Amino acid sequence: MSVQIENDPDTHAEETGIWSWITTVDHKRIALMYFATSLIFFLIAGAQAILIRIQLFRPANDFLSAEVYNEFFTMHGTSMIFLVAMPMAVAFFNFVVPLQIGARDVAFPRLNALSYWIYLLGGLYLTSSFFFGAAPDRAWTGYANLTLPQFSPGLNMDFWLIGLSIVGISSIMGGVNFITTIINMRAPGMKLMRMPLFTWMTLVTSFLLVTAVPIISVALIFLGFDRIFGAAFFDPARGGDPVFWQHLFWLFGHPEVYILILPAFGAISDIIPTFSKKPLFGYPIVVYAGILIGFIGWGVWSHHMFTVGLGPFADSFFIAATMIIAIPTGVKIFNWLGTMWGGSIRFTTAMLFSVGLLAVFTIGGLSGIMHASAPVNLQQHDTYFVVAHFHYVIVGGTMMGLWAALYYWFPKAIGRYLDETLGKWHFWTTLIGLNLTFFPMHFAGLYGMPRRIFTYPEGLGLEIWNQLSTVGAVIFGLSGLIMTWNVIQSYRKGERAPADPWGASSLEWALPSPPHHYNFPNIPTVRSREPLWDEEERREVEGVTMAPPKAEPHMPNPSYWPFLLAASITLSWALVMTGIWWVIALGMIPTATCVFMWAFEPAFPEGAEH
Amino acid sequence: MQNLSYETERDSEGGRGVFSRLVGALLLLATALFLTACEESYPQSTISPHTDFAEIIHGLYVNIFWWTMFVLGVVWILLAWVVVRYREREGDEHPRQIRGHMGLEIGWTTGPALIVLAIAIPSIQAVFATQRPISDDALLVEVTGHQFWWEFHYPEEGVTTANELYLPADRSVSLRLGSADVIHSFWVPKLGGKRDVNPVVAVREPDGEPEYNWLYFTPFETGVFLGQCAEFCGDSHALMRMRVVVQEEDEFEDWIERWHVPSPTAAPPEAEGEAEEEDEVPETGPAADLDQEVDAGAAEAPAPDPEQVSLGRDIFLHQSTCVACHAIQGTTAQGRIGPDLTRFGERMTVGAGLLDNDRENLVRWISDPESIKPGVLMPGVDRPGGNWPPTNLTEEQVEAVAAYLLSLR
Repeated sequence: MSVQIENDPDTHAEETGIWSWITTVDHKRIALMYFATSLIFFLIAGAQAILIRIQLFRPANDFLSAEVYNEFFTMHGTSMIFLVAMPMAVAFFNFVVPLQIGARDVAFPRLNALSYWIYLLGGLYLTSSFFFGAAPDRAWTGYANLTLPQFSPGLNMDFWLIGLSIVGISSIMGGVNFITTIINMRAPGMKLMRMPLFTWMTLVTSFLLVTAVPIISVALIFLGFDRIFGAAFFDPARGGDPVFWQHLFWLFGHPEVYILILPAFGAISDIIPTFSKKPLFGYPIVVYAGILIGFIGWGVWSHHMFTVGLGPFADSFFIAATMIIAIPTGVKIFNWLGTMWGGSIRFTTAMLFSVGLLAVFTIGGLSGIMHASAPVNLQQHDTYFVVAHFHYVIVGGTMMGLWAALYYWFPKAIGRYLDETLGKWHFWTTLIGLNLTFFPMHFAGLYGMPRRIFTYPEGLGLEIWNQLSTVGAVIFGLSGLIMTWNVIQSYRKGERAPADPWGASSLEWALPSPPHHYNFPNIPTVRSREPLWDEEERREVEGVTMAPPKAEPHMPNPSYWPFLLAASITLSWALVMTGIWWVIALGMIPTATCVFMWAFEPAFPEGAEH
Repeated sequence: MQNLSYETERDSEGGRGVFSRLVGALLLLATALFLTACEESYPQSTISPHTDFAEIIHGLYVNIFWWTMFVLGVVWILLAWVVVRYREREGDEHPRQIRGHMGLEIGWTTGPALIVLAIAIPSIQAVFATQRPISDDALLVEVTGHQFWWEFHYPEEGVTTANELYLPADRSVSLRLGSADVIHSFWVPKLGGKRDVNPVVAVREPDGEPEYNWLYFTPFETGVFLGQCAEFCGDSHALMRMRVVVQEEDEFEDWIERWHVPSPTAAPPEAEGEAEEEDEVPETGPAADLDQEVDAGAAEAPAPDPEQVSLGRDIFLHQSTCVACHAIQGTTAQGRIGPDLTRFGERMTVGAGLLDNDRENLVRWISDPESIKPGVLMPGVDRPGGNWPPTNLTEEQVEAVAAYLLSLR
């Protein structure tokens, strides 16, 4: 099936060693670093979840104090969203997109490295708050006016708002990078409507990133002014309005939900056809549905605010908008079913996770319909019913999709398969663990358990549901360890993978596994949506991608400025915590210096023509 | 594809097991949900409505629940079928490369659209039905959220109380919600949905009225209903609980009446005057378990030691900082920062629904509230609270204050 070429006497082999990783601008290496980092944050935030579940195992438990519990649930949510789910999706954007569109790298390789280093350092800064005994403790939504200094003294929420501001920079730059890459760097013949769905959803997600993330950045800067410099954006005593925070937060926060789910949808839209051996059913419809979700996603934010008291007209508008967004989501699910229908389905681990997503995400989607109805929402809002809902969406949707993507693209990235036996253990423990953890939460919520409570009294009938959830969480935690073990083992000594281990249709599978650091020795021309599924086109493409390069591929120079700039940006932001103007001003000097040096660094080797 | 008929037959056999199991699981789930709904072992249940407001929500919920179960059933059955039927087998031919079907696309777009419409219309109707006052003579209660307790003020009756809201059955209620500090959310599930208790924005346009949130409902059953704050409001958010006591109209009138008459032990004897009134305990309603609790305090309370009570009164009113925050009707204590303690001895709980209101718990509370409710503003014996220094009361003094407070009935 695949053309195996021995490592050609490759004079352009990539360097190895720590320094080469710090200075790398290769999108594939950056992808690996993104993945490894988000995996570590996943384990940290997962451990917090287990501790939370232990505390809730019994009513009136005193395993964790209120203070520590509040820190854990805040950091669990903040980390899982900003340090795990988003960057893990970005890891796949990074690895897959340039390969799928026939590009040698992303449009701005140094910016890409900068995104990663800012994410890493911002994440470390945020997490380091634990070592200062000042971990954020006011929930991942950071509602004002509770987060104002009179109600939240201490550095806890300063860590939160500055940490998220830093990480947000990384997301915005990533979005810019991928939009440019996808619009400008496609191989000849790769029309928009021939792009693989994963690339399509990356494009939609990137637009959401560059439009939505700045909103929370603005909100965080307002909050920073309130907290550190005594402004009054959200202080009702001085004419500010705390509800204003909620609008800003959710105006970001709802598109964020689609930022989380669309990459997973994109991944399984590539995986399901591959293992069903059929092209995606209703390709244009699935693409348009994704775009539509991205657009309507802007008009639904106040369904997080039905209890706020916006009045019946606003409530009705947001009911309607939210209900409408269910339609394209449903359409996608039916199209995936249509893809599998009549296929010859091969149940690899990647496919199991994709099918698992269909089964489990649907529960989350439908409970979403329940609280899209504002009156019902008045009962379910801020209860464990909602906790169940969004965990079904984010774990059952985003994470299942990302695990599917992991098993699917790992052989391409590493040149070795992930172990399929361990993979199946991972899948089944995930499926059982997540359902056992999150399904009982529906009942806890219906029986009146609010979220974000560190304890609940006896006699409310909540014991059994919480006990089931805790048992489930332990199983789910186990699945995370199995997956981590699998990644480490397979990275070192997994079974070797050929160029096209799955018989897939898109361009990345026409390259050796792992690909050369310049990806495509020569750029192929694309003539259809599934270039590798047409005998003739496949020969043509592989004739180009497997041949030695016709001319020396000009790859960008490695650079240490992205790392240094990221470090100085993190430093400048961290110094804002002092609230002393000249310290803050001094802190900006390294950033300015790095920007200046970066601008004058030659991007390509001396004398290279590009 | 040629052996389609054969395979279909063979597979529907295997498929049936999966379907019936799925259907069985669904039915089980649905039954479990509805059988347990009415049980009294869930005192904070959202699916056990006791007001008109809660009933509208519940009706809507049940309606949507069945629609979503239908959709879930369709998706799961199709998925199970596809997974079983189209699993890769030896000798499979390469599947036909079908790229789509416009008719199907239109079908599975309009189908869900119609279902969504069937859900959205009654939802919007319910929004308008529940967000306006029910009647003109509704009982007005001003609810104020504090970190971490509830204040209830009846402006027309001139009554202020805390953490235990008394309401008459079969009379409409309008709750005006405002917060003294951060955002809280008023939620008593059996009485209806929650509504955020927002801080009132102090500075507005010159002619601007402060904006409050409102909840409107008519309780149609007596009983004691549990609720708690539903918007994360700080360290002890989990401990900001409340009870709503719905009584017959005459019992409620009685309760209002009695609030205005100082407890016999509230003020020193000489100031007592004509405050002679029969200590009438509210009658029990039908909701057995919790209603007994209304009585419990009364029944179990040992006869107060008059000397201890008078010592406690002296400490409370004159020798401590208590009165800076607390008020007791008929005394000089008129603090407005903390909960009003009038008729405190009749309260079911201490610490906003946290502990049974008995001597032991009250002593614990007065000695060290921070250990029970982190972040509380009340000072303890040797721990400051908010801006207040430690009270430095001795054990004996704490006992006396507790005795005094429990005697207020």
